[in-house]
Amino acid sequence: MTDVLAVADHRRGDLRDVSYEIITAGRELADETGGDLHLAVISGTVDDFADKLNREGVDAIHTVDHGEEFNHDVYAQAVTQLYDELAPQFIVTPNSVNGLDYAPAVANELDLPIVTDTVDLEADGETLIATREMYGGKVETTTQLEGDAVVTIRGAEWPAAEGTGDAAIEAFDADIDEDAIGSTVTGFEEVGGGDVDISEAELLVSVGRGIEEEENLEMIRDLADALDATLSSSRPIVDNGWLPKNRQVGQSGKVVTPDVYIAIGISGAVQHVAGMKGSDTIVAINTDPNAPIMDIADYAIVDDLFDVVPELIDEFQ
Amino acid sequence: MKILVTVKEVATVEDEFEIEGTEIAGQYLGADLNEWDDYAIEEAVQLQEDGIADEVVAVTIGPEDCEQTIRQALAKGADRAVRVWDDALEDVDLLDVNAKTEILSAVIEAEEPDLVLSGVQAGDDSFGATGVSVAEEIGFQWGAVVNHLEHDLEDGVASVRRELEGGVEELTDIELPAVLTIQTGINEPRYASLRGIRQAQRKELNVQTLDDIGVDESTIETELELTEMYEPESESDATVWEGSADETAGELGELLRDKGVAQ
Repeated sequence: MTDVLAVADHRRGDLRDVSYEIITAGRELADETGGDLHLAVISGTVDDFADKLNREGVDAIHTVDHGEEFNHDVYAQAVTQLYDELAPQFIVTPNSVNGLDYAPAVANELDLPIVTDTVDLEADGETLIATREMYGGKVETTTQLEGDAVVTIRGAEWPAAEGTGDAAIEAFDADIDEDAIGSTVTGFEEVGGGDVDISEAELLVSVGRGIEEEENLEMIRDLADALDATLSSSRPIVDNGWLPKNRQVGQSGKVVTPDVYIAIGISGAVQHVAGMKGSDTIVAINTDPNAPIMDIADYAIVDDLFDVVPELIDEFQ
Repeated sequence: MKILVTVKEVATVEDEFEIEGTEIAGQYLGADLNEWDDYAIEEAVQLQEDGIADEVVAVTIGPEDCEQTIRQALAKGADRAVRVWDDALEDVDLLDVNAKTEILSAVIEAEEPDLVLSGVQAGDDSFGATGVSVAEEIGFQWGAVVNHLEHDLEDGVASVRRELEGGVEELTDIELPAVLTIQTGINEPRYASLRGIRQAQRKELNVQTLDDIGVDESTIETELELTEMYEPESESDATVWEGSADETAGELGELLRDKGVAQ
């Protein structure tokens, strides 16, 4: 089979950006396989979502009206049944927290290979060539597989689909086995309000794993004080409990857009970059000239932060 | 209650390295306990210390070389370990999710735990899919990217928080038995004490082949082939300030003044 089935992502009544990106990725694949792009939207206000998703390149939209919010059992059952009905070559889902909560189950249920967190996809007949990163982004790899597959795509790697489409919108009557649903979402919570809103700051001094020890954080606090800047961090610092969650910049933290973002000892994992790439000017201080943060930095100091930061503090004290 | 933790020894890579074919040259590689799995072990050991778990079993897929890493799990408090390896796995350069699912599911079915904890992903191949795939295979419930677990597990339900994007957490109740994939930050992993390290040497580490766990070689044939590996092209057009720390700090200071964000 040659068609592609892509699955949209939404949360609390809103489609997520990746839902439009997945149309682009799915369309590219469908062009290569010579098939149609089917889109599925499951749970929530599906008709409203379908209208919004009806963009250029979509051939058909299948709505599954079942429940309000994401439930992985509902998604897994619906997608599995859509695969049985439509027989696509590829199922494409976002590599989001929710995508990773059902796509592997779908792959296993259908006995298909799964390749996750892809940043580029190519199809050549029966062959899928997927590009992905390994070792925390230090290398890129291409992985090849034959036949049908489940693929998850990284957000922000494909442009969002635009324009208005003329897809056929059809309700798909999925047979959801309620007894198989073993988990219940009981609520949502925003994390890390707290004392400071880093998303409002003009100058962020942001610190990462390179700081090594908690006591070394004092030096970064001194710098933030000297510059009258706001202190933020990448994930490991918060994971270690050295700073509260409301200081975390990144995909699972805050998105920030300061005038200047000083990334100190931050390698620049994709999840972190997602939260700070909109900064006006990015300065990286890092010993590794090949660290991913250098790709988006405007200015860089390739040196030991323990040498540079004290000098900077001196200058502003 | 019995808890099974899946752990993996992952390859770590130095800042500077070379690629040979589809592998990083051996001299640039180190080995470590997968970061996410470290948090999963800690969560299991804390459940044991809280009197919820009676037994914590660590399971890994890996050659003999990785025993030092799996013994870290024992040193941190796991009661015993199972290591699965087979000649058939020796030449596989990318063990895919389906193959890992077959192997881990066979061990879990034999062990019959009430709860399986697994790291969200492995730091080397970063698939992030095995935990959920295993749950589906063995008919357990599951939750992916869990960053908080209520330890009472009342009425056979795990109340968890799942870390969504954008600083939002989802509160979910999951019926046991279940597989939870554990996100970093859920706890503070302990260092193994000297006493723990000594004790770990005496704990049971059971080595099993595919045959032992009843998995046919043909079912773990990996469907993904790694065809290329390369360093991502640097897109950097950053202005790199050269010089002593004093000089580069001066350049940055000047920039901050020019931008009007610091005086």
